[in-house]
Amino acid sequence: MLGRTANDLYWLARYVERAENMARLIEVGYRIALLPRDGAGYHDEEWRSTLASAGCAQGYFAKHEALTTRDVINYLLFDCNNSSSVKSCLSAARRNGRAQRTSLTRDMWESLNSAWIEFGNIKPIGMTASELPRVLDWVRSRSALYRGALLNTILRNDTFFFSQLGTFLERADNTARILDVKYYVLLPEITMVGGGVDNVQWGAILRSVSAHRSYRWVYKENYKPWRIAEYLILNQAMPRSLRSSYDEIVVALDQLAALYGERFACHATARATQEILAKGDIDRIFQSGLHEFIEDFISRNNRLGSEIAESYHFNA
Amino acid sequence: MNGAGDGVRMPYQAVAEWLGTQKLDDLKQKLVEAETLFRRTGITFAVYGSQDAVERLIPFDIIPRILSAQEWRRLTGGIEQRVRALNAFMYDIYHRQEIIKAGRIPEELVIGNSAFVPEMIGAEPPLGIYSHIIGIDIVRTSENDFFVLEDNTRTPSGVSYMIENRETMMHMFPDLFAKNRVAPVENYPDHLLKTLESVAPRNLGREPTIALLTPGQYNSAYFEHSFLADQMGVELVEGHDLTIVDGTLKMKTTQGLRQVDVLYRRIDDDFLDPLVFRPDSVLGVPGLFDLYRAGRVTVVNAPGAGIADDKAIYSYIPEIIKFYTGQTPILQNVPTYNCRNKADLAYVLANLAKLVVKEVHGSGGYGMLIGPTASKEEIASFRTKLEAQPDNYIAQPTLALSTCPTLVEAGVAPRHLDLRPFVLYGDRVRLAPGGLTRVALKPGSLVVNSSQGGGTKDTWVLQD
Repeated sequence: MLGRTANDLYWLARYVERAENMARLIEVGYRIALLPRDGAGYHDEEWRSTLASAGCAQGYFAKHEALTTRDVINYLLFDCNNSSSVKSCLSAARRNGRAQRTSLTRDMWESLNSAWIEFGNIKPIGMTASELPRVLDWVRSRSALYRGALLNTILRNDTFFFSQLGTFLERADNTARILDVKYYVLLPEITMVGGGVDNVQWGAILRSVSAHRSYRWVYKENYKPWRIAEYLILNQAMPRSLRSSYDEIVVALDQLAALYGERFACHATARATQEILAKGDIDRIFQSGLHEFIEDFISRNNRLGSEIAESYHFNA
Repeated sequence: MNGAGDGVRMPYQAVAEWLGTQKLDDLKQKLVEAETLFRRTGITFAVYGSQDAVERLIPFDIIPRILSAQEWRRLTGGIEQRVRALNAFMYDIYHRQEIIKAGRIPEELVIGNSAFVPEMIGAEPPLGIYSHIIGIDIVRTSENDFFVLEDNTRTPSGVSYMIENRETMMHMFPDLFAKNRVAPVENYPDHLLKTLESVAPRNLGREPTIALLTPGQYNSAYFEHSFLADQMGVELVEGHDLTIVDGTLKMKTTQGLRQVDVLYRRIDDDFLDPLVFRPDSVLGVPGLFDLYRAGRVTVVNAPGAGIADDKAIYSYIPEIIKFYTGQTPILQNVPTYNCRNKADLAYVLANLAKLVVKEVHGSGGYGMLIGPTASKEEIASFRTKLEAQPDNYIAQPTLALSTCPTLVEAGVAPRHLDLRPFVLYGDRVRLAPGGLTRVALKPGSLVVNSSQGGGTKDTWVLQD
């Protein structure tokens, strides 16, 4: 496989995953922004943390002075200058897919291509309160369709392994960013306050990784901030946790090593991170600092991305 | 579709009957379905210079173009003869130039031709073949008259449409294929791969590695490049994926550098190697040409293969066929006036309204005058261009192209068409039974080029 192909497949998977995560973040932000605030107005300020979680705060404020629901939604869904907007992600995914048309199965390509064609019919002006959830659902279903086509039709060779790496590095990054932005609502001193807004915030964190229902199945109790952190960081069964993302990453890297008969620095890095998560204990993480833990994880995850790119000649 | 007498010619009978039972609205609905299918699969082409539509569909017509087995046999013989002769001609002019010495073709027409690549003189391509993949444009003017309009010996495109049009037709009208014995075209990619393998550098001692070189996804034929690479199971590479190390061509893979033995290039000669051709080219590989000359990699088609489809050479092709094969041409050439000759020029200038005038180096239907349909102003402005640079033009009589029923807004109506069969030449000549039928969608129009709004049809060759 060409190094360029591996690079394109990896990023294609990341863009599809990112579009889906973006849709989820917007949905959660919108839920909170609609809540009436004590006194007057709404929780428009919530958008600030949505933008931060999406890694889009700087870009947004370079363009807009104020936080308004309309501007934020437009920026996150449709703005071509925002490389992480849903539109940019779908466009980049399709561009990569087209460049690597030979590596994709027909089902994969058609799901990408039709997503792009259908997205062209969605008009930003029509983004009313009733329209938005429909569009966000659509984005998530397109991502699911692509992943489904990939899982069902692709050969289990390097095409699949690089796609898996892209998906799970992006997913781990996304979950870690949500924690990075929201960590303070999970800290004990805030918990003492324990107001209604905290409950909403805790629920929002879980919703932004589609885990608000599964949490109750796993923990059989009300939201506890340390449990939420544990669920998102360490739980092996939770499909968007850092732990399960790293389990998938390690599998994909091992499969690549088996296929190519060679191991690199990225293999050691991924295993080390996986081990930290596997042996991790939430109490100790809180003691030594949740925020520091997350920041360390994000930088490890980024380093792994660079090492994979280097080991497999992505930019040769 | 119809012959000289009344009624439908034999090969079309079953389809004509079927067509008689179809409702127009149903057919139109099928056409919409077909287009959705094409767009979803991404069978699009880019139009240069058009900003609004980056990717467009080539209009597809659902009524097939049909040739009988007997008609096809005749075409096959003529095409094979032509392909062998054209390659023998290229071997000759890049070596001993016997044909020039024999005075059968003017020296300046070959040596002074911009499509002649002097760097190729003395090079020894494997099996002595220059043009391995040729698309021959053929038109029919009556039941028994086929003319070759053009031989595309550089990097002919359109073969993916031949295959995808068939896919679409079989998907939408399986019953038609049950009633007609249509020769399959789907093994073209296998044949292409065999052809490419057969011209690999000698004494490799292993299976050759093939790659397809594309200018990238913004090229108008990108879909075809990726389609063929996919169907053959070979890497689709761009110039920057390739490098030359230790006297071999290498592609940059996830496992480091891997040798490439045969490069099916879909970029023009000019862009192949900045050290030899255009220095500003970023699409090719620096040093590729020397490697090719040294026999370390085979480039398909060979650099310099364009000399054989040059429009100024075209009128000499009957002569070329006789010279190298000793036979008379099976397929006719269209009578051609070379405006570089004074007498021809005078005739052309006096008869502009009757002739088709083409630029010698033009392609895709650009820069041509179709006398009978041109306005007085167009003819006048073309006359000025022609007088200023007569060497740059050839002219041909307007041919009465055959027509085939075609679904248009008002219903089913005759439209003019041509045919481009795709022939492969390696260890042997391989010809897919069919080709790309292009159809002019405007009533009376003779311009079938997709860049000028022409469409395509599935092309059937019936089996005995």
